[in-house]
Amino acid sequence: MTRMLLPLGVFVALVVLLLAGLQTADQRQVIDSPLIGKPVPDFSLPSLHDEQRSIALADLLGQPFVINVWGSWCPSCRVEHPLITRMGREIDVPLVGLNWKDEREDALRWLTQFGDAWDFHLFDNPGNFGIDLGVYGAPETFLVDHTGTIRHKHIGPVTAQSYDDLLDRIRKLKTEAGS
Amino acid sequence: MQKTLMILALFLSSLVAAESAIEPRSFNSEVQETRYRALIGELRCTVCQNEPLESSNAPLAADLREQVYVQIMDGRSDFEIRQYMRDRYGDFVLYNPPLAGHTMILWFGPIVLLLIGLITGAVMIRRRRRMLADQQKA
Repeated sequence: MTRMLLPLGVFVALVVLLLAGLQTADQRQVIDSPLIGKPVPDFSLPSLHDEQRSIALADLLGQPFVINVWGSWCPSCRVEHPLITRMGREIDVPLVGLNWKDEREDALRWLTQFGDAWDFHLFDNPGNFGIDLGVYGAPETFLVDHTGTIRHKHIGPVTAQSYDDLLDRIRKLKTEAGS
Repeated sequence: MQKTLMILALFLSSLVAAESAIEPRSFNSEVQETRYRALIGELRCTVCQNEPLESSNAPLAADLREQVYVQIMDGRSDFEIRQYMRDRYGDFVLYNPPLAGHTMILWFGPIVLLLIGLITGAVMIRRRRRMLADQQKA
């Protein structure tokens, strides 16, 4: 009898293991950012709308802000666009667009076509600031607190479910900054 | 004849496809080139995840290959370049994960499994041998 039970036990254990693997398959695609809890890498980038104007990290510090990485070449950015638009309406901290690896003309056309809910956009055509932020797939959304520390990163399009979570986190950062 | 030509064309186009991910680079020494090849072979493309930077066609992979190249030419060490990638993308970019608490299972799991197998095998062989010996005695 025990002879039969042992292989059966091993088989059941294997099935459980593989099922668990299937359940967590989606999460494993998402790479934890080593930058959570670290300061935003310093940057000084041209504005997307005005080539002459450059925006630096120092201009933003002192309040929480959101960095949303997008590109006109990125189909998922269009998917999340309605929610980003809503976010632009509903939050009272800067919503910064990081236009990543894009052409200025294409990006501006994209914004005219779909709407511009961001406060302003950084233009990172060579993509170096994106690499410093550990971006690997637009869209990505970073929440930064008033001291300039990255507190949360959302990878992929913002969805209806993740939207509420993001808004909660932004409100918390806001209260933290106020106290 | 036509068939041969077609096969040849297909073969050549496959070569082009395989090579397209690699930009032409010029190095100052063979050591630099070897290091470059080794590094882009052991760093994972974070976009496609199952490909090293070496063979990936993703634009980000091209940018990261460029980073590796520029940093080698700047005289940075392999360690510094790996650290640069880890700081941004985490241990996940390394195809050779570091030996640490959370990677113990990864490094020693197979050895433990092999040991369990060997011990089980040895026990079974010994038991069977004893059984045979008992049968012969009887």
